[in-house]
Amino acid sequence: MSVTRRHFLTLTGGAALAWDFLLAGTPEESPNYKMADHWWGMLIDVTKCIGSGNCVRACAEENDVPDGFFRTWVEHYHVNDWHLENPVVESLDGGMHGFPVVPEGTGKDFFIPKMCNHCADSPCTQVCPVGATFVTPDGVVLVDEKYCLGCRYCIQACPYGCRYLHPTKHVAQKCTLCYHRITKGLTTACCEACPTGARQLVDLKNPKDPIHDFLKTHSVQVLKPHLATGAKAFYNGLDGSVR
Amino acid sequence: MHPVPFEGFMYPNEVELQWSVLIVLYPFLTGLVAGAFILASLERVFKVDAVKPTYRLALLTALAFLLVAPLPLQLHLGHPERSLEMYLTPHRSSAMAMFGFVYLWYLMAVLVLEIWLDYRRDIVLLAQTSTGWRRWIYRTLTLGSFNLSERSLRIDDKVGWIITVIGIPSAFLLHGYVGFIFGSVKANPWWASPLMPVVFLFSAMVSGIAAVMLLYQFTARIRKTPVDMRCLDTVAKYLFYTFVVDFTLEMLDLIQRIYVADESFRSLDFMVHTRLWMSQVVIQILMGTVAPIAILGLAQVYKLGEAVRRRMYTLAGVLTLIGILAMRWNVVIGGQLFSKSFLGYTTYKMGFATREGLLPAAVLLILPFLILWVLLKLLPPWTEQKV
Repeated sequence: MSVTRRHFLTLTGGAALAWDFLLAGTPEESPNYKMADHWWGMLIDVTKCIGSGNCVRACAEENDVPDGFFRTWVEHYHVNDWHLENPVVESLDGGMHGFPVVPEGTGKDFFIPKMCNHCADSPCTQVCPVGATFVTPDGVVLVDEKYCLGCRYCIQACPYGCRYLHPTKHVAQKCTLCYHRITKGLTTACCEACPTGARQLVDLKNPKDPIHDFLKTHSVQVLKPHLATGAKAFYNGLDGSVR
Repeated sequence: MHPVPFEGFMYPNEVELQWSVLIVLYPFLTGLVAGAFILASLERVFKVDAVKPTYRLALLTALAFLLVAPLPLQLHLGHPERSLEMYLTPHRSSAMAMFGFVYLWYLMAVLVLEIWLDYRRDIVLLAQTSTGWRRWIYRTLTLGSFNLSERSLRIDDKVGWIITVIGIPSAFLLHGYVGFIFGSVKANPWWASPLMPVVFLFSAMVSGIAAVMLLYQFTARIRKTPVDMRCLDTVAKYLFYTFVVDFTLEMLDLIQRIYVADESFRSLDFMVHTRLWMSQVVIQILMGTVAPIAILGLAQVYKLGEAVRRRMYTLAGVLTLIGILAMRWNVVIGGQLFSKSFLGYTTYKMGFATREGLLPAAVLLILPFLILWVLLKLLPPWTEQKV
């Protein structure tokens, strides 16, 4: 069989394209999911959190989080009446195993679940030198592990301490808002595991989402609002001492 | 779990430091480059004839350090094999990505071109007079241009001058930008300051001038040639002036922080009084800044003998370099020792023979001097031995 130059060029071009697809792999199928229809966030009701640590364990298991690192964690705050600006905070093992019962005393005690705030104007995506971390059209901050250099600039830029460098993959990792689940109509692992419903996945573009009524009737805050990151982890009942 | 000791409360992912001693080296090395180049431009653009003996030495020093500058970054990356992506698919909003282009511009369009133009006549003559492998190296370095006519040398000089003029803002950009990489991180109050690029720039000039001043004396001693005291005094004078401006800027930053005392102040103040006391207050400020400024100031005020002045300059130069290295340490490491919750402090544990340990850091500090030695052999900068 004789191959003309034109045929050869067409064939090699086609082969290169096919090889590219092969390398990229097949994306997980979610045929009914349209990114443009969603704008994801998380509602965290501090008044409901009992510090069970279920969310931390569920997240670690669902996302294969390496030991000693956290995509979500729970902090226990003790605020003394005399030292509102100096709370005593602890989060041993990220609160994974819960917290001991707090004896009655002066001041107040509460639990603060933390996670990536999936900021709309996220400082971490801004600084990434290759755009390996990015905000998806449906408002989730993700990391492309095949592209990340492991320079750790994003870890420095995150004001909330939500990122870490994977000890063996040497790439930045963080909460994905269980993107593999929410694009299939499921909720996140942490929300599913929470025994009191303190965490709730919200879709701000969905007019039927109860978040709209909740926001109307509650005073909701974000962490470190002065940094203007467009954080989308909304806290109900957040104490002023929380950092 | 985490073997790193910490006190108070750290966010759980914060306990281990992300940027190591290698990232301390990086601004130190680029600072030396920018400073050395600015010293060289004094002669070329501002016609400060007294510093002429250091002109070529300063350029070669800048090149030697600039060639090594990316290596600590490369060693630090989790995936160094992907580093070229910064040039191929840069993220335009990233300060770090854009710095790659600033670096490349400075290396290729400014420094290498200026050195080549300045040395072209020497290279052609060396290509004609030397033998063996050296001849081939010089022939390659000519890039095929053997024209040494009056007119072509005049063009070399003119273009070299233009490049130096472009080079001054480029050198400012190079190190001001390093400061911006830190100064623009709003999550970190120790770094986030509009003064950061300016402070980095002036400290760069200080370190570069001090390094060339030391190298000039050292090479003169090795070559057993007399030191041009007019040159040395002028370099020391410029070092003194630049250092005073640098110190003033750093103190302005400090006073502003103390007076404003924002939410991070208590945490940072505690850190300076404990974990950073030795490296910041003792080594950087007292030993590395106040002492050399005082020594250089004394040499300006009193008429002292040559030998005494030389020793004073050497001492001041060494203290300056230690002080500037400590400054880089305090910025990079200090900026990671406290929690962004402002409620706790961690510790930096530096390995020795690990990938980001003390040993590779030491090798990377010695490497520019080896490269400089090769460059000095290949392209002798000595004015009295010009071909």
